[in-house]
Amino acid sequence: MAEKINLKIDNIAVNIDEGSTILEAAQKINIRIPTLCYHEDLCVAGNCRVCMVEQVGSDRLIPSCAMPVSEGMEIMTNSLKVRSARKQVVELLVSEHRAECTRCYKNGKCELQDLSSEYIVGENGYIDLIPLKGYSIDNFSPSIIKDDSKCIRCQRCVRTCNELQNIGALSVAYKGEHMKISSFYEKPMYEVVCTNCGQCINRCPTGALTEKTYFDEVWSALNSEKKHVVVQTAPAVRIALGEALGMPVGEIVTGKLVAALRRLGFNSVLDTDFTADLTIIEEGNELLQRLKKVLVDGDTSVKLPLTTSCSPGWVKFIEHAFPEYLENVSTAKSPQQMFGALAKTFYAKKIGVEPENMVSISVMPCTAKKYEADRPEMRSSGYKDVDYVLTTRELALMIKQAGIDFSSLPDDEYDSIMGESSGAAVIFGATGGVMEAALRTAYEVVTGREVPFKNLNITAVRGMEDVKEATIKIENVLPEWSFLEGAELKTCVAHGLSNAKKVMEAVRDGKAEYHFIEIMACPGGCLGGGGQPIPTSLAIRKQRSKAIYEEDSLKPIRKSHENPEVIHIYEEFLKEPLGEKSHELLHTHYTKRNRY
Amino acid sequence: MKKKHLQRLDLIFKNEHDTEAILEKTFKRSNDDVINDLISSGLKGRGGAGFPTGLKWKLASEEETEVKYVICNADEGEPGTFKDREILSSVPHKVLAGMAVCARIIGAKKGFIYLRGEYLFLKPQLLEAIDKFHSLLDEMKVDFRVEIFLGSGAYICGEESALFESMEGKRGEPRNKPPFPTAQGYKDKPTVINNVETLAHTYSIFKYGPEKFRDLGIQDSRGSKVFSVSGDTPVPGIYELEFGMSLQKFVDDFADGDAKAVQVGGASGFCVPRKRFDKTVIGYQGKLRGTSLPTGGSMMIFNSSRSMYNVLHNYLDFFVEESCGQCTPCRVGTQQLLLGVEAVKKGEQPSSYLDKLMDLAEAMRITAKCGLGQSVANSFSSIVENFKEEMIY
Ligand SMILES: Cc1cc2nc3c(=O)[nH]c(=O)nc-3n(C[C@H](O)[C@H](O)[C@H](O)COP(=O)(O)O)c2cc1C
Ligand code: SF4
Ligand code: SF4
Ligand code: SF4
Ligand code: SF4
Ligand code: FES
Repeated sequence: MAEKINLKIDNIAVNIDEGSTILEAAQKINIRIPTLCYHEDLCVAGNCRVCMVEQVGSDRLIPSCAMPVSEGMEIMTNSLKVRSARKQVVELLVSEHRAECTRCYKNGKCELQDLSSEYIVGENGYIDLIPLKGYSIDNFSPSIIKDDSKCIRCQRCVRTCNELQNIGALSVAYKGEHMKISSFYEKPMYEVVCTNCGQCINRCPTGALTEKTYFDEVWSALNSEKKHVVVQTAPAVRIALGEALGMPVGEIVTGKLVAALRRLGFNSVLDTDFTADLTIIEEGNELLQRLKKVLVDGDTSVKLPLTTSCSPGWVKFIEHAFPEYLENVSTAKSPQQMFGALAKTFYAKKIGVEPENMVSISVMPCTAKKYEADRPEMRSSGYKDVDYVLTTRELALMIKQAGIDFSSLPDDEYDSIMGESSGAAVIFGATGGVMEAALRTAYEVVTGREVPFKNLNITAVRGMEDVKEATIKIENVLPEWSFLEGAELKTCVAHGLSNAKKVMEAVRDGKAEYHFIEIMACPGGCLGGGGQPIPTSLAIRKQRSKAIYEEDSLKPIRKSHENPEVIHIYEEFLKEPLGEKSHELLHTHYTKRNRY
Repeated sequence: MKKKHLQRLDLIFKNEHDTEAILEKTFKRSNDDVINDLISSGLKGRGGAGFPTGLKWKLASEEETEVKYVICNADEGEPGTFKDREILSSVPHKVLAGMAVCARIIGAKKGFIYLRGEYLFLKPQLLEAIDKFHSLLDEMKVDFRVEIFLGSGAYICGEESALFESMEGKRGEPRNKPPFPTAQGYKDKPTVINNVETLAHTYSIFKYGPEKFRDLGIQDSRGSKVFSVSGDTPVPGIYELEFGMSLQKFVDDFADGDAKAVQVGGASGFCVPRKRFDKTVIGYQGKLRGTSLPTGGSMMIFNSSRSMYNVLHNYLDFFVEESCGQCTPCRVGTQQLLLGVEAVKKGEQPSSYLDKLMDLAEAMRITAKCGLGQSVANSFSSIVENFKEEMIY
């Protein structure tokens, strides 16, 4: 057990584990010290200098986020010296900032703005550096806008991209007055290894990194007489949207989400969960087919392990970093893109709308989905399958713009044909969810029995551990799967791209033998996606995860293959998994990309 | 009347070759004895904050870690200083001997000389000295090796933790302290990092004993120091002088008779005006404030033809460029100081704006992350305070 340390903060005694920081000690006694570069998901940087506090007996101030506590320390967080130094630091940051809050996407959600509203800078601030130095805005990416004039150089994004994601798309360039956050040779974000995961956006305290927004385009589609606007909602949106609209973390708001979308004027309110179930059927069959080809036919051209493909950040990552493994990635499109392809074909026909008059919108917890929808491969319907992707945050803003009192909305239900879903689809939103959903179905296909876990809950693949492994023994199989009798299906689940990299390296180096790997680009899975409400933290992600599994447990149908609308679409339209129509609409291919 | 000159010392540059004898002698003694000698000699670091060298070695020796490092800081980036270059080119064996004793005491098997990129030309002769040194170590069956690491050219990489980062292949940005290098330095292992001159002094201390070193200098500033004298002087160059001299004496000896100010310690040091020459003593105590500044030993003399506004402007230009840029007070503060003095000079801001800038410099001193940003206030405040008219008109 760690030693305990006694100290005093603002004359209040605190007793805390050795190795804790002053900031943590202050939090323990509910003293708030302002911070900017500090983020609990990341290593400590100690560069913004707003968290400075005074240690009695020491001349210089000390950064509370970086300074460990020591016995007998006396700290003052609100002395004259502290307040005036903090104000100076805020003034300096503002002088380097294109402060135009009334035009800014982060207005009202910005940590620098919050801080400057406490330390009123006023008119006698420092010389405005922006007009002297100029700035650049990179808005070429379909997902991300990087506006250097709003950047406070806290490096939260750099630490996110390097530690959490291990991508290295962002780094610090130059020194002194020219120091800035940059990419490889200052190329635009869309040209470099950036996966569009948006994790940096989630951790940027200001408006320097934001998603590219499409709500104006969506509003005009909604207001157009000629257009039939279809919307799909991803699993992780329904457990997080409430946060952005003033509700507690982890509140399930599925019914209100549907009601709000109707109020906004969407003509068909449908569910990505439907195609999540469909993904399980296609991907699960792909796995079984690959196993058969390898184990029975001895076909060496077929690659194992199979990896999931529903996370577009992960897909772009593997295209850059492990292109030699592209054949291991499931050819099944992500649920978003399966939905888009079916919306403008199957669904359009069903409801009698010409596909050119249909606008297909998705609401996603994700910024990489914006990029995915823009990929040239994603036009199987003959049109852009998904026209615009909104993040959870953008939808929250639209709901506010429309003057809807979200929390008082009565629950509503999705439209039919592509609106039904199982619990297995809901858990796509959490790390391990796709694996669990796939196992629920694949095991039953092979054995004719349900997975041998209490209440179908495969807890081994749940939770926030970096990399999870589970081995499922397959016994007493149905006759046509006799080649799998006694086989041990080895699975692996990783979330966050640094963990993905670890897993892929282990696979490459022959240190791990898996059959099936689930990878989500974002920490916690989609529930921690780059388009989700800000802030994020492990505690918040755990709350959201709890909500997801609760939603699953409440669903009358828990297995993808039992979704009646899925059964129906095969009967009527797709005919069989991996069939001709599936290949046309539901599967895709990947492209090798550069390494910078 | 003939002036009585300051005594020029010849300790460091004395041509003497006793590495083997020194190593034999010190290796026979206990670590505690050797450390106590260093402590009682009063030797303090000649590259940075003036940290007692014996204590630094002691702290590193107390760490219970298998792998440790000794690093000689030869980044010498302070404009106008070149004393480390002189030491390394004329008596590299003294520095190496100091490193070997340090390695023995703390338990390191590996040492590095972090050589300023511009000193690439020194590398061949240094490698030769290292080869010779390695042969001696082999003969004496001492398990210690020294390598040269060539610096990247940024001034900030002379700061010890930025130096480690740069050696680890990362961007040269200072780290948070604690942990200090003696606990977690290069590759997060306990590391003693000393300036070239500091290490060369240990040679003399081990050879002649701590008393001889302690006899030189005063109070907290013991021994001799190598100064780089530049500016308005008929005799620019490198001089080894005893600590504790008054600045008046120094000016009498080195200036051209018209000195109005001396910048002690380079851009990060203090500007002393004529009226304070006789009250200022050169040494760790002679500093006006107890801040950490790279005590590169630069003494720059300005005569009455110099514009102190230009002097300050040059220093600020230097800091605006050489700040690593990571922390707010230093990155933005240096720019604001520079633009601010320009605005006052041009009449775009009232002279009272200088007071705001003085407050800013003070805020930088107490909030910046490393010695660079913390010490901008030294030159800024001492120049603005003493030469206010020159800043305005
Ligand atoms: C901005 C900055 C630059 C520095 N540059 C050097 C340098 O070039 N050489 C040096 O020995 N120390 C330099 N230092 C001091 C080092 O951080 C460190 O304190 C020193 O090398 C310790 O050695 P010493 O105890 O022998 O003085 C610098 C410090 C700062 C803050
Ligand atoms: S980033 Fe923040 S402070 Fe800057 S303009 Fe936007 S809201 Fe205002
Ligand atoms: S979106 Fe993801 S990959 Fe791209 S810069 Fe941000 S963190 Fe890095
Ligand atoms: S882009 Fe955002 S997170 Fe990155 S350094 Fe700038 S302000 Fe910080
Ligand atoms: S004080 Fe200056 S040089 Fe030091 S860490 Fe801060 S920005 Fe970098
Ligand atoms: S929050 Fe502590 S220095 Fe930025």
